[in-house]
Amino acid sequence: MTTTDEGDDADVGGVDPDEVRHVADLARVDLDDEEAATFAEQFADVLDYFAALDEVPEVADEPDLVNVMRADEVRDGLTQEEALANAPESEAGFFKGPKVS
Amino acid sequence: MSADDAADDLNVFLARETVEGADDGPLAGKTLAVKDNISTEGVATTCGSAMLEGYVPPYDATVVERVREAGATIVGKTNMDEFGMGGTTETSAYGPTKNPVDPERVPGGSSGGSAAAVAAGEADLALGSDTGGSVRNPAAFCGVVGIKPTYGLVSRYGLVAYANSLEQIGPLANTVEDAAALLDVIAGPDEHDATTRYDAAEDGPAVHPADETDYAATADGDVDGMTVGVPTELVEGADDAVVKVFEDALAELEAKGVETVEVSLPSVEHAVQAYYVIAMSEASSNLARFDGVRYGIGGGEGNWNESFARSREEGFGDEVKRRVLLGTYALSAGYHDKYYKKAQDARAWVKQDFDEALAEADVLATPTMPVVPPKRGESLDDPLALYLMDANTVPVNLANLPAISVPAGEADGLPVGMQFVGPAFGEEAVIRAGSAVEE
Repeated sequence: MTTTDEGDDADVGGVDPDEVRHVADLARVDLDDEEAATFAEQFADVLDYFAALDEVPEVADEPDLVNVMRADEVRDGLTQEEALANAPESEAGFFKGPKVS
Repeated sequence: MSADDAADDLNVFLARETVEGADDGPLAGKTLAVKDNISTEGVATTCGSAMLEGYVPPYDATVVERVREAGATIVGKTNMDEFGMGGTTETSAYGPTKNPVDPERVPGGSSGGSAAAVAAGEADLALGSDTGGSVRNPAAFCGVVGIKPTYGLVSRYGLVAYANSLEQIGPLANTVEDAAALLDVIAGPDEHDATTRYDAAEDGPAVHPADETDYAATADGDVDGMTVGVPTELVEGADDAVVKVFEDALAELEAKGVETVEVSLPSVEHAVQAYYVIAMSEASSNLARFDGVRYGIGGGEGNWNESFARSREEGFGDEVKRRVLLGTYALSAGYHDKYYKKAQDARAWVKQDFDEALAEADVLATPTMPVVPPKRGESLDDPLALYLMDANTVPVNLANLPAISVPAGEADGLPVGMQFVGPAFGEEAVIRAGSAVEE
Protein backbone atom coordinates (compact mmCIF):
# COMPACT_ATOMS: atom_id res chain seq x y z
CA MET A 1 0.00 0.00 0.00
CA THR A 2 1.45 3.30 -1.06
CA THR A 3 -0.30 6.63 -1.23
CA THR A 4 -1.08 6.04 -4.91
CA ASP A 5 -2.18 2.40 -4.69
CA GLU A 6 -5.91 1.93 -4.25
CA GLY A 7 -5.83 -1.86 -4.64
CA ASP A 8 -7.10 -4.61 -2.34
CA ASP A 9 -4.18 -4.27 0.05
CA ALA A 10 -5.26 -0.76 0.92
CA ASP A 11 -8.72 -1.93 1.93
CA VAL A 12 -7.51 -4.43 4.49
CA GLY A 13 -5.00 -2.00 5.94
CA GLY A 14 -1.86 -4.03 5.26
CA VAL A 15 1.25 -1.95 5.85
CA ASP A 16 4.89 -2.90 5.38
CA PRO A 17 7.92 -1.11 6.83
CA ASP A 18 8.75 0.59 3.52
CA GLU A 19 5.33 2.19 3.44
CA VAL A 20 5.77 3.37 7.01
CA ARG A 21 9.08 4.90 5.91
CA HIS A 22 7.37 6.65 3.00
CA VAL A 23 4.85 8.29 5.34
CA ALA A 24 7.62 9.11 7.82
CA ASP A 25 9.45 10.81 4.98
CA LEU A 26 6.37 12.90 4.17
CA ALA A 27 6.02 13.78 7.86
CA ARG A 28 9.77 14.52 8.19
CA VAL A 29 10.43 12.05 10.98
CA ASP A 30 13.50 9.77 10.82
CA LEU A 31 12.81 6.20 11.96
CA ASP A 32 15.24 3.42 12.76
CA ASP A 33 14.62 -0.11 11.38
CA GLU A 34 13.12 -1.38 14.59
CA GLU A 35 10.65 1.52 14.81
CA ALA A 36 9.58 1.07 11.19
CA ALA A 37 8.90 -2.64 11.80
CA THR A 38 6.95 -2.06 15.02
CA PHE A 39 4.89 0.75 13.51
CA ALA A 40 4.08 -1.37 10.44
CA GLU A 41 2.58 -4.04 12.68
CA GLN A 42 0.65 -1.56 14.83
CA PHE A 43 -0.57 0.51 11.87
CA ALA A 44 -2.19 -2.55 10.32
CA ASP A 45 -4.31 -3.03 13.46
CA VAL A 46 -5.20 0.65 13.80
CA LEU A 47 -6.04 1.12 10.11
CA ASP A 48 -8.17 -2.03 10.14
CA TYR A 49 -10.06 -0.52 13.03
CA PHE A 50 -10.44 2.82 11.21
CA ALA A 51 -11.90 0.95 8.22
CA ALA A 52 -15.18 0.63 10.15
CA LEU A 53 -15.75 4.28 9.24
CA ASP A 54 -16.86 2.98 5.84
CA GLU A 55 -20.23 2.17 7.44
CA VAL A 56 -20.85 5.78 8.45
CA PRO A 57 -23.70 7.43 6.54
CA GLU A 58 -23.28 10.87 5.04
CA VAL A 59 -24.71 13.41 7.47
CA ALA A 60 -25.57 16.99 6.57
CA ASP A 61 -23.83 19.36 8.92
CA GLU A 62 -24.16 23.05 8.24
CA PRO A 63 -22.85 24.92 11.25
CA ASP A 64 -23.87 28.54 11.73
CA LEU A 65 -20.75 30.48 10.94
CA VAL A 66 -20.45 34.21 11.34
CA ASN A 67 -17.54 36.31 10.20
CA VAL A 68 -16.14 38.25 13.11
CA MET A 69 -13.97 41.21 12.15
CA ARG A 70 -11.83 43.46 14.24
CA ALA A 71 -10.00 46.65 13.44
CA ASP A 72 -6.56 46.03 11.99
CA GLU A 73 -4.54 47.88 14.60
CA VAL A 74 -0.86 47.67 15.40
CA ARG A 75 -0.29 46.20 18.87
CA ASP A 76 2.67 45.18 20.96
CA GLY A 77 3.97 41.67 20.36
CA LEU A 78 7.01 39.76 21.56
CA THR A 79 10.31 41.61 21.42
CA GLN A 80 12.92 40.29 19.02
CA GLU A 81 14.93 39.07 22.01
CA GLU A 82 11.93 37.18 23.44
CA ALA A 83 11.10 35.62 20.08
CA LEU A 84 14.66 34.34 19.69
CA ALA A 85 15.11 33.23 23.31
CA ASN A 86 14.21 29.57 22.71
CA ALA A 87 15.94 29.04 19.37
CA PRO A 88 18.73 26.45 19.39
CA GLU A 89 20.72 28.80 17.13
CA SER A 90 20.37 32.45 16.23
CA GLU A 91 22.66 34.99 14.64
CA ALA A 92 22.56 38.77 14.41
CA GLY A 93 18.91 38.92 15.47
CA PHE A 94 17.71 36.11 13.19
CA PHE A 95 16.78 32.46 13.60
CA LYS A 96 19.52 30.31 12.16
CA GLY A 97 18.23 27.29 10.25
CA PRO A 98 19.74 24.59 8.06
CA LYS A 99 20.27 25.00 4.32
CA VAL A 100 17.04 24.95 2.33
CA SER A 101 18.46 23.15 -0.69
CA MET B 1 8.27 11.44 54.28
CA SER B 2 7.47 15.12 53.69
CA ALA B 3 4.73 16.20 51.35
CA ASP B 4 7.31 17.32 48.78
CA ASP B 5 9.01 13.93 48.85
CA ALA B 6 5.66 12.21 48.40
CA ALA B 7 4.91 14.28 45.29
CA ASP B 8 8.42 13.61 43.94
CA ASP B 9 7.89 9.90 44.46
CA LEU B 10 4.61 10.08 42.51
CA ASN B 11 6.36 12.17 39.79
CA VAL B 12 3.56 14.73 39.83
CA PHE B 13 5.54 17.87 38.94
CA LEU B 14 7.87 18.56 36.02
CA ALA B 15 8.70 22.01 37.41
CA ARG B 16 8.02 23.01 40.96
CA GLU B 17 7.98 26.78 40.92
CA THR B 18 5.82 29.09 42.97
CA VAL B 19 4.18 31.99 41.17
CA GLU B 20 2.21 34.21 43.54
CA GLY B 21 -1.12 35.54 42.33
CA ALA B 22 -2.85 38.84 43.13
CA ASP B 23 -3.43 39.61 46.82
CA ASP B 24 -7.15 39.52 46.46
CA GLY B 25 -9.67 37.68 44.32
CA PRO B 26 -12.04 34.71 44.18
CA LEU B 27 -9.15 32.21 44.28
CA ALA B 28 -7.08 34.01 46.97
CA GLY B 29 -5.43 31.53 49.31
CA LYS B 30 -5.85 28.63 46.85
CA THR B 31 -2.93 26.70 45.42
CA LEU B 32 -3.12 25.62 41.79
CA ALA B 33 -1.15 23.20 39.62
CA VAL B 34 -0.92 23.80 35.86
CA LYS B 35 -0.61 21.12 33.19
CA ASP B 36 2.69 21.45 31.39
CA ASN B 37 1.15 22.20 27.99
CA ILE B 38 -0.26 25.52 29.25
CA SER B 39 2.21 28.37 28.79
CA THR B 40 3.55 30.13 31.87
CA GLU B 41 5.76 33.18 31.43
CA GLY B 42 9.26 32.51 32.73
CA VAL B 43 8.49 28.93 33.84
CA ALA B 44 9.59 25.97 31.72
CA THR B 45 6.77 24.35 29.69
CA THR B 46 7.72 21.04 28.10
CA CYS B 47 4.44 19.27 27.20
CA GLY B 48 6.06 16.16 28.68
CA SER B 49 8.33 16.05 25.61
CA ALA B 50 12.08 15.93 25.15
CA MET B 51 11.45 18.20 22.16
CA LEU B 52 10.65 21.11 24.48
CA GLU B 53 13.20 20.39 27.21
CA GLY B 54 14.16 23.78 28.63
CA TYR B 55 11.59 25.77 26.62
CA VAL B 56 10.55 28.85 28.61
CA PRO B 57 7.51 30.68 27.20
CA PRO B 58 7.81 34.47 27.01
CA TYR B 59 4.10 34.94 27.80
CA ASP B 60 1.25 33.58 29.94
CA ALA B 61 -1.69 31.62 28.53
CA THR B 62 -4.94 33.57 28.99
CA VAL B 63 -6.14 31.08 31.63
CA VAL B 64 -2.89 31.55 33.58
CA GLU B 65 -3.27 35.31 33.46
CA ARG B 66 -6.82 34.91 34.78
CA VAL B 67 -6.00 32.58 37.68
CA ARG B 68 -3.16 34.86 38.76
CA GLU B 69 -5.45 37.90 38.68
CA ALA B 70 -7.98 35.86 40.70
CA GLY B 71 -5.40 35.35 43.46
CA ALA B 72 -4.38 31.71 42.99
CA THR B 73 -0.80 30.70 43.80
CA ILE B 74 0.69 28.47 41.10
CA VAL B 75 2.73 25.68 42.72
CA GLY B 76 4.12 23.92 39.67
CA LYS B 77 3.75 22.44 36.20
CA THR B 78 2.34 18.93 36.11
CA ASN B 79 3.41 15.81 34.28
CA MET B 80 1.37 14.66 31.29
CA ASP B 81 1.32 12.32 28.34
CA GLU B 82 3.63 13.78 25.71
CA PHE B 83 1.78 16.60 23.90
CA GLY B 84 -1.44 15.25 25.46
CA MET B 85 -1.23 11.98 23.53
CA GLY B 86 -2.12 9.11 25.82
CA GLY B 87 -4.59 8.08 28.46
CA THR B 88 -2.31 7.01 31.29
CA THR B 89 0.50 9.63 31.70
CA GLU B 90 2.99 6.91 30.77
CA THR B 91 4.09 8.50 27.47
CA SER B 92 5.79 11.46 29.20
CA ALA B 93 9.47 11.79 28.32
CA TYR B 94 10.02 12.44 32.05
CA GLY B 95 8.64 9.12 33.31
CA PRO B 96 5.15 8.08 34.36
CA THR B 97 3.12 9.64 37.19
CA LYS B 98 1.83 7.26 39.84
CA ASN B 99 -1.77 7.26 41.02
CA PRO B 100 -1.92 8.57 44.62
CA VAL B 101 -4.79 6.15 45.33
CA ASP B 102 -2.59 3.15 44.42
CA PRO B 103 0.99 3.93 43.30
CA GLU B 104 1.17 0.74 41.22
CA ARG B 105 -1.56 2.07 38.98
CA VAL B 106 -1.75 4.81 36.37
CA PRO B 107 -3.39 8.13 37.25
CA GLY B 108 -5.09 8.28 33.85
CA GLY B 109 -4.22 10.87 31.28
CA SER B 110 -3.27 12.93 29.64
CA SER B 111 -3.72 15.40 32.55
CA GLY B 112 -2.53 12.71 34.99
CA GLY B 113 -0.14 14.97 36.87
CA SER B 114 -2.85 17.60 37.41
CA ALA B 115 -5.37 15.05 38.78
CA ALA B 116 -2.68 13.42 40.94
CA ALA B 117 -1.63 16.83 42.34
CA VAL B 118 -5.18 17.41 43.58
CA ALA B 119 -5.70 13.82 44.79
CA ALA B 120 -2.39 13.87 46.71
CA GLY B 121 -3.18 17.21 48.36
CA GLU B 122 -0.33 18.97 46.54
CA ALA B 123 -2.69 21.61 45.16
CA ASP B 124 -6.25 22.71 45.90
CA LEU B 125 -7.00 23.10 42.22
CA ALA B 126 -5.47 22.19 38.87
CA LEU B 127 -5.78 23.05 35.20
CA GLY B 128 -5.76 20.30 32.60
CA SER B 129 -6.71 20.06 28.94
CA ASP B 130 -9.28 17.71 27.45
CA THR B 131 -9.03 16.68 23.79
CA GLY B 132 -10.78 13.30 24.02
CA GLY B 133 -11.25 12.94 27.77
CA SER B 134 -7.90 14.07 29.16
CA VAL B 135 -9.43 15.94 32.13
CA ARG B 136 -12.27 13.52 32.88
CA ASN B 137 -10.23 10.32 32.53
CA PRO B 138 -7.61 11.18 35.20
CA ALA B 139 -10.28 12.77 37.39
CA ALA B 140 -12.14 9.43 37.37
CA PHE B 141 -8.98 7.35 37.95
CA CYS B 142 -7.73 9.56 40.82
CA GLY B 143 -11.11 10.11 42.50
CA VAL B 144 -11.40 13.86 41.91
CA VAL B 145 -13.71 16.17 39.94
CA GLY B 146 -12.91 17.30 36.38
CA ILE B 147 -14.87 19.50 33.97
CA LYS B 148 -14.55 19.58 30.17
CA PRO B 149 -16.17 22.88 29.13
CA THR B 150 -18.17 23.44 25.95
CA TYR B 151 -15.85 24.19 23.03
CA GLY B 152 -15.48 27.97 22.94
CA LEU B 153 -16.22 28.68 26.61
CA VAL B 154 -12.56 28.91 27.64
CA SER B 155 -9.73 30.53 25.70
CA ARG B 156 -7.12 28.17 24.27
CA TYR B 157 -4.57 30.97 23.81
CA GLY B 158 -1.26 29.72 25.20
CA LEU B 159 -2.29 26.05 25.18
CA VAL B 160 0.22 24.16 23.04
CA ALA B 161 -2.07 22.80 20.35
CA TYR B 162 -2.55 19.09 19.72
CA ALA B 163 -6.00 18.92 18.05
CA ASN B 164 -7.50 22.40 17.88
CA SER B 165 -11.05 21.52 16.93
CA LEU B 166 -11.46 19.21 19.95
CA GLU B 167 -9.51 20.55 22.92
CA GLN B 168 -10.55 22.74 25.81
CA ILE B 169 -8.74 23.70 29.01
CA GLY B 170 -10.68 22.45 32.05
CA PRO B 171 -10.53 22.58 35.86
CA LEU B 172 -9.81 19.76 38.33
CA ALA B 173 -10.58 19.95 42.07
CA ASN B 174 -11.66 17.95 45.10
CA THR B 175 -15.25 19.17 44.94
CA VAL B 176 -17.69 20.15 42.21
CA GLU B 177 -18.05 23.60 43.78
CA ASP B 178 -14.28 24.23 43.72
CA ALA B 179 -13.98 23.06 40.11
CA ALA B 180 -16.94 25.27 39.16
CA ALA B 181 -15.36 28.26 40.93
CA LEU B 182 -12.18 27.77 38.86
CA LEU B 183 -14.32 27.54 35.72
CA ASP B 184 -15.94 30.87 36.67
CA VAL B 185 -12.47 32.43 36.63
CA ILE B 186 -11.19 30.97 33.34
CA ALA B 187 -14.39 31.13 31.23
CA GLY B 188 -14.97 34.17 29.05
CA PRO B 189 -14.18 35.80 25.71
CA ASP B 190 -10.59 36.42 24.66
CA GLU B 191 -9.50 38.55 21.75
CA HIS B 192 -6.37 36.39 21.44
CA ASP B 193 -8.40 33.28 20.55
CA ALA B 194 -10.86 33.48 17.68
CA THR B 195 -12.35 30.09 18.64
CA THR B 196 -13.76 31.38 21.92
CA ARG B 197 -17.47 31.96 21.51
CA TYR B 198 -18.34 35.50 20.54
CA ASP B 199 -21.93 36.52 20.02
CA ALA B 200 -22.09 39.82 18.21
CA ALA B 201 -24.96 41.96 19.45
CA GLU B 202 -26.66 44.40 17.10
CA ASP B 203 -26.54 47.27 19.55
CA GLY B 204 -23.97 47.14 22.30
CA PRO B 205 -20.91 45.02 22.96
CA ALA B 206 -20.53 41.36 22.07
CA VAL B 207 -21.65 38.84 24.65
CA HIS B 208 -20.19 35.53 25.82
CA PRO B 209 -22.15 32.61 27.36
CA ALA B 210 -20.25 32.94 30.66
CA ASP B 211 -21.06 36.65 31.10
CA GLU B 212 -24.12 36.08 33.26
CA THR B 213 -23.23 32.77 34.88
CA ASP B 214 -22.14 31.80 38.40
CA TYR B 215 -21.09 28.18 38.03
CA ALA B 216 -20.02 27.73 41.67
CA ALA B 217 -23.46 28.75 42.91
CA THR B 218 -24.99 26.06 40.69
CA ALA B 219 -23.31 23.27 42.68
CA ASP B 220 -26.24 23.11 45.10
CA GLY B 221 -27.22 19.45 44.70
CA ASP B 222 -30.80 20.40 43.86
CA VAL B 223 -31.79 17.96 41.13
CA ASP B 224 -35.45 17.48 42.00
CA GLY B 225 -37.37 17.29 38.71
CA MET B 226 -34.28 16.86 36.52
CA THR B 227 -34.36 14.27 33.73
CA VAL B 228 -31.22 12.19 33.25
CA GLY B 229 -30.80 10.21 30.02
CA VAL B 230 -28.81 7.00 30.12
CA PRO B 231 -27.29 6.02 26.74
CA THR B 232 -27.35 2.23 26.79
CA GLU B 233 -24.44 1.95 24.33
CA LEU B 234 -22.07 3.64 26.78
CA VAL B 235 -23.02 1.54 29.78
CA GLU B 236 -23.00 -1.91 28.12
CA GLY B 237 -19.30 -1.76 27.27
CA ALA B 238 -18.14 -1.05 30.83
CA ASP B 239 -16.83 -3.59 33.36
CA ASP B 240 -19.47 -5.10 35.67
CA ALA B 241 -17.96 -3.61 38.83
CA VAL B 242 -17.98 -0.15 37.23
CA VAL B 243 -21.59 -0.54 36.06
CA LYS B 244 -22.67 -1.53 39.59
CA VAL B 245 -21.24 1.70 41.07
CA PHE B 246 -22.82 3.70 38.26
CA GLU B 247 -26.27 2.14 38.78
CA ASP B 248 -26.11 2.67 42.55
CA ALA B 249 -25.33 6.35 41.97
CA LEU B 250 -28.25 6.62 39.53
CA ALA B 251 -30.58 5.07 42.13
CA GLU B 252 -29.48 7.69 44.66
CA LEU B 253 -30.23 10.42 42.16
CA GLU B 254 -33.70 8.96 41.63
CA ALA B 255 -34.21 9.13 45.40
CA LYS B 256 -33.47 12.87 45.09
CA GLY B 257 -36.23 13.38 42.54
CA VAL B 258 -34.43 12.68 39.29
CA GLU B 259 -36.29 10.91 36.51
CA THR B 260 -34.12 8.60 34.43
CA VAL B 261 -34.87 7.71 30.82
CA GLU B 262 -33.10 5.41 28.41
CA VAL B 263 -31.70 7.12 25.32
CA SER B 264 -29.85 5.75 22.33
CA LEU B 265 -26.71 7.04 20.62
CA PRO B 266 -26.20 4.64 17.68
CA SER B 267 -23.37 6.77 16.25
CA VAL B 268 -21.04 6.27 19.22
CA GLU B 269 -19.98 2.92 17.80
CA HIS B 270 -17.89 4.91 15.32
CA ALA B 271 -16.87 7.77 17.59
CA VAL B 272 -13.50 6.41 18.70
CA GLN B 273 -12.37 5.80 15.12
CA ALA B 274 -13.56 9.25 14.03
CA TYR B 275 -11.91 10.87 17.02
CA TYR B 276 -8.50 9.34 16.39
CA VAL B 277 -8.56 10.07 12.66
CA ILE B 278 -9.42 13.73 13.32
CA ALA B 279 -7.07 14.15 16.30
CA MET B 280 -4.14 12.50 14.52
CA SER B 281 -4.74 14.52 11.36
CA GLU B 282 -4.77 17.78 13.30
CA ALA B 283 -1.72 16.64 15.29
CA SER B 284 0.27 15.92 12.15
CA SER B 285 -0.33 19.49 11.06
CA ASN B 286 0.10 21.17 14.48
CA LEU B 287 3.30 19.39 15.36
CA ALA B 288 4.92 20.50 12.10
CA ARG B 289 6.01 23.60 14.02
CA PHE B 290 8.54 21.52 15.95
CA ASP B 291 11.35 21.81 13.45
CA GLY B 292 14.28 22.57 15.73
CA VAL B 293 14.70 26.12 14.44
CA ARG B 294 12.53 28.49 16.50
CA TYR B 295 12.47 26.08 19.43
CA GLY B 296 12.96 22.38 20.02
CA ILE B 297 15.98 20.22 19.57
CA GLY B 298 18.27 21.50 16.83
CA GLY B 299 18.80 19.10 13.93
CA GLY B 300 22.45 20.00 13.31
CA GLU B 301 24.15 20.05 9.88
CA GLY B 302 22.68 18.96 6.57
CA ASN B 303 19.87 20.33 4.43
CA TRP B 304 16.52 21.47 5.78
CA ASN B 305 14.62 18.18 5.37
CA GLU B 306 17.37 16.05 6.89
CA SER B 307 17.85 18.39 9.80
CA PHE B 308 14.10 18.66 10.38
CA ALA B 309 13.64 14.86 10.35
CA ARG B 310 16.59 14.32 12.69
CA SER B 311 15.28 16.87 15.19
CA ARG B 312 11.93 15.11 15.28
CA GLU B 313 13.41 11.61 15.51
CA GLU B 314 15.28 12.72 18.59
CA GLY B 315 12.62 14.94 20.14
CA PHE B 316 9.40 12.92 19.78
CA GLY B 317 8.44 9.79 21.72
CA ASP B 318 6.77 6.69 20.23
CA GLU B 319 3.14 7.70 20.74
CA VAL B 320 3.72 11.13 19.21
CA LYS B 321 5.49 9.64 16.18
CA ARG B 322 2.70 7.08 15.85
CA ARG B 323 0.01 9.77 15.76
CA VAL B 324 1.90 12.17 13.50
CA LEU B 325 2.54 9.35 11.03
CA LEU B 326 -1.01 7.98 11.12
CA GLY B 327 -2.35 11.53 10.75
CA THR B 328 -0.09 12.19 7.77
CA TYR B 329 -1.28 8.91 6.29
CA ALA B 330 -4.98 9.73 6.81
CA LEU B 331 -4.56 13.07 5.05
CA SER B 332 -2.38 11.82 2.21
CA ALA B 333 -3.52 11.59 -1.39
CA GLY B 334 -5.86 8.65 -1.95
CA TYR B 335 -6.79 8.24 1.70
CA HIS B 336 -8.32 11.59 2.57
CA ASP B 337 -11.83 10.51 1.49
CA LYS B 338 -11.52 7.06 3.05
CA TYR B 339 -10.49 8.27 6.50
CA TYR B 340 -10.67 12.00 7.10
CA LYS B 341 -13.88 12.78 5.23
CA LYS B 342 -15.65 9.75 6.74
CA ALA B 343 -14.49 10.81 10.19
CA GLN B 344 -16.05 14.24 9.65
CA ASP B 345 -19.32 12.54 8.64
CA ALA B 346 -19.17 10.46 11.82
CA ARG B 347 -18.55 13.61 13.82
CA ALA B 348 -21.68 15.25 12.39
CA TRP B 349 -23.64 12.08 13.13
CA VAL B 350 -22.47 12.04 16.75
CA LYS B 351 -23.51 15.69 17.16
CA GLN B 352 -26.93 14.92 15.74
CA ASP B 353 -27.38 11.93 18.07
CA PHE B 354 -26.49 14.00 21.12
CA ASP B 355 -28.90 16.74 20.06
CA GLU B 356 -31.72 14.21 19.81
CA ALA B 357 -30.88 12.56 23.14
CA LEU B 358 -30.59 15.94 24.89
CA ALA B 359 -34.04 16.86 23.60
CA GLU B 360 -35.37 14.07 25.84
CA ALA B 361 -33.24 14.76 28.92
CA ASP B 362 -31.54 17.65 30.73
CA VAL B 363 -28.26 15.78 30.94
CA LEU B 364 -26.91 12.35 29.98
CA ALA B 365 -25.11 10.08 32.43
CA THR B 366 -22.47 7.40 31.76
CA PRO B 367 -19.57 5.82 33.60
CA THR B 368 -16.61 8.16 32.82
CA MET B 369 -14.20 5.28 32.19
CA PRO B 370 -15.33 1.74 31.34
CA VAL B 371 -12.58 0.29 33.57
CA VAL B 372 -10.84 0.99 36.88
CA PRO B 373 -7.28 2.38 36.62
CA PRO B 374 -4.97 -0.27 35.11
CA LYS B 375 -1.51 -1.06 36.45
CA ARG B 376 1.38 0.76 34.85
CA GLY B 377 2.71 -0.94 31.73
CA GLU B 378 -0.47 -2.90 31.05
CA SER B 379 -1.67 -0.89 28.07
CA LEU B 380 1.43 0.71 26.57
CA ASP B 381 2.35 -1.98 24.06
CA ASP B 382 -1.10 -2.16 22.52
CA PRO B 383 -2.08 1.26 21.17
CA LEU B 384 -5.50 0.05 20.08
CA ALA B 385 -6.42 -1.12 23.60
CA LEU B 386 -5.41 2.31 24.89
CA TYR B 387 -7.57 4.08 22.30
CA LEU B 388 -10.63 1.96 23.17
CA MET B 389 -10.48 3.11 26.80
CA ASP B 390 -11.73 6.51 25.60
CA ALA B 391 -15.10 5.21 24.31
CA ASN B 392 -17.23 7.19 26.77
CA THR B 393 -15.35 10.47 26.74
CA VAL B 394 -14.44 11.14 23.08
CA PRO B 395 -18.00 11.45 21.71
CA VAL B 396 -18.41 14.55 23.90
CA ASN B 397 -15.41 16.28 22.30
CA LEU B 398 -16.63 15.38 18.81
CA ALA B 399 -19.94 17.08 19.66
CA ASN B 400 -18.22 20.05 21.40
CA LEU B 401 -20.41 19.59 24.51
CA PRO B 402 -19.73 20.20 28.22
CA ALA B 403 -19.20 17.27 30.60
CA ILE B 404 -18.14 16.62 34.16
CA SER B 405 -16.63 13.59 35.90
CA VAL B 406 -17.40 13.17 39.61
CA PRO B 407 -16.37 10.36 41.96
CA ALA B 408 -19.34 7.98 42.26
CA GLY B 409 -17.88 5.33 44.55
CA GLU B 410 -15.35 2.51 44.45
CA ALA B 411 -14.96 -0.82 42.70
CA ASP B 412 -12.35 -3.20 44.16
CA GLY B 413 -11.14 -0.29 46.31
CA LEU B 414 -10.46 1.89 43.25
CA PRO B 415 -12.28 5.09 42.25
CA VAL B 416 -15.09 5.05 39.70
CA GLY B 417 -16.15 8.25 37.98
CA MET B 418 -19.60 9.21 36.76
CA GLN B 419 -19.89 11.46 33.73
CA PHE B 420 -22.68 13.92 32.99
CA VAL B 421 -22.98 15.46 29.53
CA GLY B 422 -25.03 18.59 28.87
CA PRO B 423 -26.19 20.70 25.94
CA ALA B 424 -23.78 23.28 24.47
CA PHE B 425 -23.03 25.98 27.05
CA GLY B 426 -25.21 24.06 29.53
CA GLU B 427 -22.44 23.88 32.14
CA GLU B 428 -24.92 24.68 34.92
CA ALA B 429 -26.87 21.48 34.33
CA VAL B 430 -23.84 19.16 34.48
CA ILE B 431 -22.44 20.99 37.52
CA ARG B 432 -25.77 20.69 39.34
CA ALA B 433 -26.11 16.98 38.49
CA GLY B 434 -22.51 16.33 39.52
CA SER B 435 -22.92 18.08 42.84
CA ALA B 436 -25.89 15.83 43.67
CA VAL B 437 -23.71 12.72 43.28
CA GLU B 438 -20.95 13.87 45.63
CA GLU B 439 -23.27 14.71 48.52
